[in-house]
Amino acid sequence: MTITRRGFTAFSAAMAASFYAPKVIGQTKPKVVVIGGGAGGATAARYIAKDSKGAIDVTLIEPTRNYYTCFFSNLYLGGFRDFESIGHSYGKLASDYGINVIHDWATGVDRDAKTVSLASGTTVPYDRLVIAPGIDFKYETVPGYSIEAQNRMPHSWKAGSQTQLLKAQVDAMPEGGTFVMVAPPNPFRCPPGPYERVSMIAHVLKQKNPTAKIVILDPKEKFSKQGLFMEGWEKYYPGMIEWLPASMTEGVTRVDPATMEIETPLDTFKADAANVIPGQKAGHIAEAAGLTDDSGFCPIVPATMQSQKDENIHVLGDATIAGDMPKSGFSANSQAKVAAMAVRAGLTDSKLFPARFANTCWSLIETDDGVKVGAKYEATDEKIAKTDGFISQTGEDAALRKQTYEESVGWYDGITKDIFG
Amino acid sequence: MTGRVSIRYFARSAAAGGLAGLFLILSLPSPADASETAVSAERGAKIYKACASCHMVGPNAKNRVGPQLNGIFGRRAADIDGFNYSDDIRRAGATGLHWTAEKLDIYIENPQSLVSGTRMQFRGLKDPQDRADVIAYLRKFSDNPRDIPEAAPTAKHDPEVPPEVLAIQGDPAYGEYLSGECVTCHQETGGDAGIPSITGWPSDVFVTAMHAYRSKAREHPVMRMIAAPLADEEIAALAAFFETKGQ
Repeated sequence: MTITRRGFTAFSAAMAASFYAPKVIGQTKPKVVVIGGGAGGATAARYIAKDSKGAIDVTLIEPTRNYYTCFFSNLYLGGFRDFESIGHSYGKLASDYGINVIHDWATGVDRDAKTVSLASGTTVPYDRLVIAPGIDFKYETVPGYSIEAQNRMPHSWKAGSQTQLLKAQVDAMPEGGTFVMVAPPNPFRCPPGPYERVSMIAHVLKQKNPTAKIVILDPKEKFSKQGLFMEGWEKYYPGMIEWLPASMTEGVTRVDPATMEIETPLDTFKADAANVIPGQKAGHIAEAAGLTDDSGFCPIVPATMQSQKDENIHVLGDATIAGDMPKSGFSANSQAKVAAMAVRAGLTDSKLFPARFANTCWSLIETDDGVKVGAKYEATDEKIAKTDGFISQTGEDAALRKQTYEESVGWYDGITKDIFG
Repeated sequence: MTGRVSIRYFARSAAAGGLAGLFLILSLPSPADASETAVSAERGAKIYKACASCHMVGPNAKNRVGPQLNGIFGRRAADIDGFNYSDDIRRAGATGLHWTAEKLDIYIENPQSLVSGTRMQFRGLKDPQDRADVIAYLRKFSDNPRDIPEAAPTAKHDPEVPPEVLAIQGDPAYGEYLSGECVTCHQETGGDAGIPSITGWPSDVFVTAMHAYRSKAREHPVMRMIAAPLADEEIAALAAFFETKGQ
């Protein structure tokens, strides 16, 4: 007798549900603490608070007072959005959903006592914990790069002041100067992101500095939407952009923020502005809480987004090993809803339905020329697995590309309301 | 002749008890065993040794008795230049056979069930767990949707539910749960910029639209993909929820 995949998934979900303690009775409300107020954490906090209709006490710990989304930050770089339009406050989550928003850093998690320690010296107890800390950098993947280098060679892979810095550096490039991007190795936050960024910077340079050049030094041989980007670069920015994979350069051997030199065995590049995006791992608090594995990311139970290391903790978004799902804001928001449902099912009488996941990534190549890739996923016993998908095609007409871009603008409005209320 | 060697190798490793042991675990599930029956590319690598004598994978893979299998996921059947495929598999490829997880599963179980005149002399891997493990192992040599989101799906599709009458009473609570994946694009407040509002739609209009996407009468690829796996009860539930949302 063999178990079908579907039978197994239902079985795993039932097992996951039974991990939880018996339903809470009595006067104190169950407490959920969420670490991280991005697309994953803020969505989880909002959905748990909203759908439990006040039955669960939700606390959100997020250091920034205003959240600048990484998604659409490239459009700000390109001059298509202003900076404040990608900023969102947490006021509504506090006022409309009763979430206790604490602007502080989580410095530690005591999984036995079930408490979170904050940088301010206070401690917050939890019955269930949701950790959505995003990413931190593996500086060793780019020799010569460190946290001290990020003001000369920004990563701008956490949006906010780093994005403003990079934009200023592009604007300050001398005529005919060179912009060098060191692209990240897999897996990383936002697979098409670096290439949308190049498109947006090319758009700016085309207007302000048309003889400037862009070089991409890529440890990878292939990237998401490659055919679409290359078609667009050839069409809109011919001769401006050079993409050099590791097979041509043999990899970046050293970056020097003092001299702005970037060395490879093929050649040494002198950058007038540089964007170095190192390899990534889960945000540090996930490692401090003992939730990561050798990859640096957190293994999870697909049906519920529970950590495989602690049934009382759910991990979301870029910090997770999410099977086929790419690291994106859309994915984090999607995973948050599965986790919220599982948390509520464990703490109240609500139902646990089979997990459903989706993702769509839109990228802007030039004005009114947008492309997208997306997919649906299901929880299998092994991982979150892709079941179906779609991608824009090369040679699409201008009307469709414009509609795709407008769709992305509508999506941004929708998802930020879904995250922040 | 090479095929017979593969089967002998396969029978030998099964007799060694490893795979028989696997069978036992599969038929007697218990919480402690849950992790052992999960699909494993590591286990798949061992099972793949039965295939490796004909099919290379990894760096420096070349066509041998069988074509190399790097990048097999999403590839059209009989696609590699210079390999001497059977006429039958060329025809299958020309008429649209692509190697999805689903098709690979069918082919590895019994190649002739998919392509009658295939030159692949292999009796087949009968155990679905073994096939799943081998497919997971093969996946490592193709694009990963995590890094290239447009890469081929790795999961099999669930069979479609046959269509039923439109007048199903949808459960709005179930619809509210399902709506999670709608509201990232279709704003709950009814805002209409770039993506149409669906808040407050009469439920029969909603149901008609979703069925049109599901049957591919309507073009939009995102909506087709979203509607495709929805059962009639789920569409009815969503319709009931969004109808009440406007009130």
